[in-house]
Parts: sequence; C-alpha cells; structure tokens
Amino acid sequence: MTTVSLTVNGQSVTADVDPRTLLVQFLRENLRLTGTHVGCDTSQCGACVVHLNGQAVKSCTTLAVQANASVVTTIEGIAEGGDLHPMQAAFREHHGLQCGYCTPGMIMSAIDIVNRKGNALDEQTIRAELEGNLCRCTGYHNIVKAVAAGAQAMAQAPVQQAAE
Amino acid sequence: MYAFEYHRPTSVKEAASLAGQAEDMKFLAGGHTLLPTMKLRLAGPSNLIDLGQIAELRGIERSGDTITIGAMMKHAEVASSAEVKQAIPALAEMAELIGDPHVRNRGTIGGSIANNDPSADYPAACLALNATIITNQRKIAADDFFQGIFTTALEEGEIITQVSFKIPSQAAYAKFRNPASRYALVGVFVAKHADGARVAVTGAGSNGVFRVPEMEQALSGNFAPEALDGIAVSQDEMNSDIHADAAYRAHLVGVMARRAVQAASARG
Repeated sequence: MTTVSLTVNGQSVTADVDPRTLLVQFLRENLRLTGTHVGCDTSQCGACVVHLNGQAVKSCTTLAVQANASVVTTIEGIAEGGDLHPMQAAFREHHGLQCGYCTPGMIMSAIDIVNRKGNALDEQTIRAELEGNLCRCTGYHNIVKAVAAGAQAMAQAPVQQAAE
Repeated sequence: MYAFEYHRPTSVKEAASLAGQAEDMKFLAGGHTLLPTMKLRLAGPSNLIDLGQIAELRGIERSGDTITIGAMMKHAEVASSAEVKQAIPALAEMAELIGDPHVRNRGTIGGSIANNDPSADYPAACLALNATIITNQRKIAADDFFQGIFTTALEEGEIITQVSFKIPSQAAYAKFRNPASRYALVGVFVAKHADGARVAVTGAGSNGVFRVPEMEQALSGNFAPEALDGIAVSQDEMNSDIHADAAYRAHLVGVMARRAVQAASARG
C-alpha cells in the first residue's frame, strides 16, 4: 500500500491505496464521488475527465498515487452551494445531453477549454477542442451550443469561475 | 493491471539508484502508453519508478542554435511554450497535434521518445531537427537513438533527461491522422538546416521512423515542393494494416512531404 494525500474539491484527503488504483477508481470507490464516469477505460472517450492542478486529464489513465500532493476538481466540485456552475447551467438550458453519461467529462473539458481559450469560443474551436470527449448519443450539436453559451456565462460570473 | 511496487524519487540520481536495485522495473513518465499497456496486462512490471516529481527533468531553454526541452515536459507545455513557438514553431505545432487536450496534459516528450512507437510524432521531429537525446549517462544523436519499432539505444535503467533540438531556418510537420487513435497514419517532418535539409517520416515505415535521403538531397538544392516531383518512396518497407496498406502509405509519404515543405516555405 502507498499513502496518497491530495485535495479533492477543496477537501484534504489522505488514504492508503494499492498503487495500481486509478485516479478514477479512487474518486468513485474510495471517495464515493461517482459523478466522474468510466466510459471506455482506454483514454478515448473523456467521460472520466477531471481537473488535476487545474488541467483537464483523463482519470482512467492516471494513477491515484500520481495525484499525490495535487489538487483535483471533479464535477461535484464546481457548483457553488445550490447554484450550478454556469457551464452546468448552460448544458441544462441548451439540452447539451441525451443519456447524460458523457456529460460530467464534457463539462469538465468545457471549463478547461474556457480557461485556456477564453470566453468567446467559435464553433470550430469548440469542436476541435472537444475531440477527446465522445458522446455515443451523438448529441454534439447541442453540446457545442451549450459550451459556447457556458463560456460566455462564465465571463459574467467571475465568482463562480473562481470556484476552481 | 497486475500489482507492482511504486517508487517516487525526487532526483534523477535517486531514480537511477532505484532502477539499479529494483527487479523488473519500468519508468513511469506521463503514463499514457505505459498505463494502458499495463491495464491490458501486456506489461506487468514488478516495480514502477515515477519520474513525475523530479524537478530537474523539467524546463525549456534556448541556447545559441539549439532549444533544449526537459524530458518530463508535457505535450501541452511544449505546444504553448513561447520559446518553442519562437525558435521552432513547427515543433510547437507538432506537439499540439498529439492525441487530444487531455492526453497532451499528461504525455511527455521523454516518454514518447523512450517508447518509440512507430506512429508517434516526436521521433520524426527528433530526426528532422537533428536532435541530441541527453540521458543521465551520455548524449545520443537522434540518428543513432531510434533503432526500430519500440526499440531505442537506451540501456536498461538509463533515463532521458533532456532533448536538444537544432533550430532550423525553416520547418514544418504534416500529419495525416488516424481519426480514431489520432496517431500518425503518416507524418512527415521537414526541416531546412544550414548544412542541408532533413526529411523524417513516422507512421509509415514497417521498421519505425526513418529519413528519406532522396528527398533530403533534392530539398537541400531547392527547398520547394516541386523539388520532390518524381521522388517516390518504395512500398516495400511500408507498414500495412487495416487502416492503410503499404501502397497507400508510400503515396501519402510523398503527399505529406510536399505539404510540409509548402507549409514551411509559406512560413518564410
């Protein structure tokens, strides 16, 4: 067993884990944060995307022990109290989901795109930047609309944007 | 994934010492090849030595006519580096074409080069940019480093610390991506150096990354797409699989080489 200490959604966590524990397993099974999904388990689909030290990563291809001393944010950590994060609200408003399985990863990736590319995102940029996230319902059209609207909303909600 | 013992050294010296003691060990860089391979149980090292906490493996530095990148620098960091963009924009653009944004936030230059996947992008950049692979033991010219599919000059326990690229006067990388894996079906990196042009091809060869002397000779005389007219690579040593057969890959090498030269020339 190896000791891992990290901050998840603002809370300090320390645990002894088998070193082969994936970050996504640790989040889901140790911390019961089941909002982060396992889709393909082969770093293709992006359902498992979380933020590791502020950057979007695939938690199915990261060991929990590699996240030692790091800051992790999951889909559960972006709402402010009872208020959805602007990107979550945009996905609801624009029906950016069908079955919802890919949604946590889509939203975590979308926030990362805004952090890197700013709040004015054109369709081409969004589609290119979402290439690491698959929606098996093929609901991309509304996802792209939601990301564009969420990006703009994040500019108008600086307090929530700082929740990272 | 089979069980393993995990080690987290904080210096190259400590990592090398651990590697000397540990049976059946692998170094872990970004983990975006090794971890999927371990999940499939195609690899099952008894000891995993994580290089992620070693500060001396990071950094990007320009000095004279070279730019030197720490082995643990991530693809996203190379792609967004102001120094790399200024010195060798083609290298930053190449890094931006690897995988997807999440993969680029984890995968590293040292890991890519040590793995020498026949469809990886960095090996082509190393050959075309006349790179030197610097390890904890020696300096290895890229021409001597890549020795066939998943095979390099690295000895057991040897650690890549930095990769030093020669800054060319013009360069570009043209990649025909497999749309599912985002690996190069064929990728061609061309670079014009003071002592001649270099053309390196990844994804296509059945023995991994390779240079194309006929193209290099032609481009050294005239660095323009039309200089490549009439030059074809043989399909005999091309890779053939469900994605593309050897003839198709051989044809693509010519097409992507022209596109790369065109892009390099357009950049001026």
